[in-house]
Amino acid sequence: MKFSRTWAIARKEWFHIFRDGRSLGLVILMPVLLMLLFGYAVSLDVKKVPMGVLDRDRSQESLSFIHRFSASPYFHLRFFAQDEKEIGRFIDRGEVKMGLVLPWDFSKKIKAGRKATVQVLLDGSDSNTANIILTYVQGIAREYNLEKTFLKIERLGGQKPKPPVEGRPRIWFNEELESKNYFIPGLVAVIMSIIGVLLTGQVIVREWERGTMELLISTPVRKEELIIGKLFPYFLLGLLDLLLAILMGTWVFEVPFRGSLALLFLLSCIYIIVALALGMTISTVAKTQILANQMAMVIGFLPTFLLSGFTFVIANMPFWLQIITYGIAPRYYVTILKEIFLKGADITFLWTETLILIGMAIAGIWVATKSFKKELR
Amino acid sequence: MGNLAKRDLKKSFPTIPFFQYSKRGFVFHRVRFLFVKELIQVLRDKRLRITLIFPPIFQLIVFGYAANLDVKNINTAVRDLDQSVESRELLNRFGSSKYFDIISYPQTPREIEALIRRGDVILCIEIPNDFSRKLKKGDTAIVQIILDGTESNTGMIALGYIGRILSEYSTTIMIKRLNREGMIGFEEAGVELEHRIWFNPNAESRLFYIPGVIASIAFLIPIILTAQAIVREREIGTLEQIMVTPIRSWELMLGKTLPFAMIGLADAIMIALIGVLWFEVPLRGNPLLLLLGNVFFLMSSVGVGLFISTISSTQQQAQISTFFFMMPAFILSGFAFPLENMPDWLQYITYANPLRYFLIIIRGVFLKGNGLDILWPQMLALIILGGVTILLSSMRFQKRLK
Repeated sequence: MKFSRTWAIARKEWFHIFRDGRSLGLVILMPVLLMLLFGYAVSLDVKKVPMGVLDRDRSQESLSFIHRFSASPYFHLRFFAQDEKEIGRFIDRGEVKMGLVLPWDFSKKIKAGRKATVQVLLDGSDSNTANIILTYVQGIAREYNLEKTFLKIERLGGQKPKPPVEGRPRIWFNEELESKNYFIPGLVAVIMSIIGVLLTGQVIVREWERGTMELLISTPVRKEELIIGKLFPYFLLGLLDLLLAILMGTWVFEVPFRGSLALLFLLSCIYIIVALALGMTISTVAKTQILANQMAMVIGFLPTFLLSGFTFVIANMPFWLQIITYGIAPRYYVTILKEIFLKGADITFLWTETLILIGMAIAGIWVATKSFKKELR
Repeated sequence: MGNLAKRDLKKSFPTIPFFQYSKRGFVFHRVRFLFVKELIQVLRDKRLRITLIFPPIFQLIVFGYAANLDVKNINTAVRDLDQSVESRELLNRFGSSKYFDIISYPQTPREIEALIRRGDVILCIEIPNDFSRKLKKGDTAIVQIILDGTESNTGMIALGYIGRILSEYSTTIMIKRLNREGMIGFEEAGVELEHRIWFNPNAESRLFYIPGVIASIAFLIPIILTAQAIVREREIGTLEQIMVTPIRSWELMLGKTLPFAMIGLADAIMIALIGVLWFEVPLRGNPLLLLLGNVFFLMSSVGVGLFISTISSTQQQAQISTFFFMMPAFILSGFAFPLENMPDWLQYITYANPLRYFLIIIRGVFLKGNGLDILWPQMLALIILGGVTILLSSMRFQKRLK
């Protein structure tokens, strides 16, 4: 292997990237766009749930119960319905996500110190939101019950008791339970996969499709030199995007960065190599750019997005799918990112992931060189 | 003499038989040739054929099985410093619920920290040594909860479950106390909740995501194929060859978009069938309405694909542009992340997103059994957006050809 030839290939690829100013701009803008989207738009924190109420009682008691909902930041009272049908229509149209039905004997039962049955109707088409709304409703009902029970005790001549048990939660690493702190570290892995797999997936197949590969073949350049030379510029682009993503995440969106920046960069380099090797393999196997593009989406991008623990928690997946996630590199990288960003982990907590990524990088390079044939097909 | 030569020439080059047909006739004729050519080009390549089938199915499997935000079996550690009957009863309530799996009993705070840092547990319940004493005295006993907030959604839901179990336990204790103090038969006052989850009684994530996958396929496949097919011809120079044939630019456009719209539709139907038959997603509304909505929706996706082809000279540019368009379109559609949680200014932007409307239609028809009486505004929006997209991009396309 000769350094000068590798360097020549790298420079050529570099020119290719730089000549196409718009593509380069988009590649650099990509992390910015993704960060903005995930920072501002993506949130599973449910607030201001639109709700409708059917109050059959229309008493002071029922209004005070409803007021607990309208006063909470989690609910937004939009409609008072006249009958059950109307509330059903609101939910059908998606105008409210939740309906509350208070029975006609609400105040009677409350005053008598008995339990009034309140119906909660939920739009289950968004299942996660429905679950979270239900948790909120239960929380409000618990507080209400506690108050009413205390009142009843006092009325019966007892002393107002202290609540026997109280939970005192302490939340670590993401104190406010903000979903941006969960998404943004993992997003770095998505960005790296885009650069690594999606872009490099085109590198070799493009030369074949345009017929310039034949020119390259006739030169004395060896295939290792070709591969490394072609990948090097993308490696640098990956590092640039990494830096951009970290800066945006920590400055604009104030995601805590508690670990070592150097360690993150080092481990990221290993992951970029894995991604580049995958992209290279796709590029040598695929015959057309459109095929390479599709393969990169399925093998590179989708698993990073869906199976790595970036959006969906791996522990909630069925067992056979959890096994599969052990075979994909982004899983380890997403863990590394979250640990370093939020938990401030050092290498002693991450050496398993690191070793697996190194193994995958070596295997990936081997497969990429094997599958690349520098001869006319 | 000159006339004769011209006639001979026409005889020896009868390559344009379309002139004999009526205007209507030859239009469809030429479009049909291009249509068949494009279909052959896509379906000829075995590997490309696979990519039309495999990625949609992959998405379906992932969203059917993996996209699960229901929280169950949370790995939990317990440190019971009291070791009393009362503390054990409380912990038993946690252990026997389906939400918590008690897997570890750390002895020291350091052990707790290590467990959480390593991610072995995301929750630790710590009962102080004065727990039962305070309960007996009538004081408030404190239970410490340490929660790993990294997975914010899980954390939020876990906190809800914890609150419920603690308050149920607390109420039982209180009522026992009151009974002892002479208020026999005392019962809790307040409300009893009775919840019904409509359309999805068990609140299963898959019923939310799978209709979305169908929409995403109907969206993506035509965009990618249209954009790449046109740019590819431009890149390898065959677009010029097509240009010198008598085909008109709008015939060219039709021939270059229709096949991909059809492939997208076929893909969407395939996914819908698997979703209904294998993943048991209920189809409560009218399938024809769904088909109609899908056709309107395809106008937008084909239009976007055409537009991307006009702003790209190389396939790599087309690919990056597609990506740049696709990400916001997905995230700002309600496909996975609820629109209501977004800031207001961003919610206004989503009104320009055709995917937003199609998702409402597809979820409405599948889960809620909605009809046109409810979904007409979304249908109308799709027609308008699709029309505008196609109009603008075809104008750009024609300009670019010249």
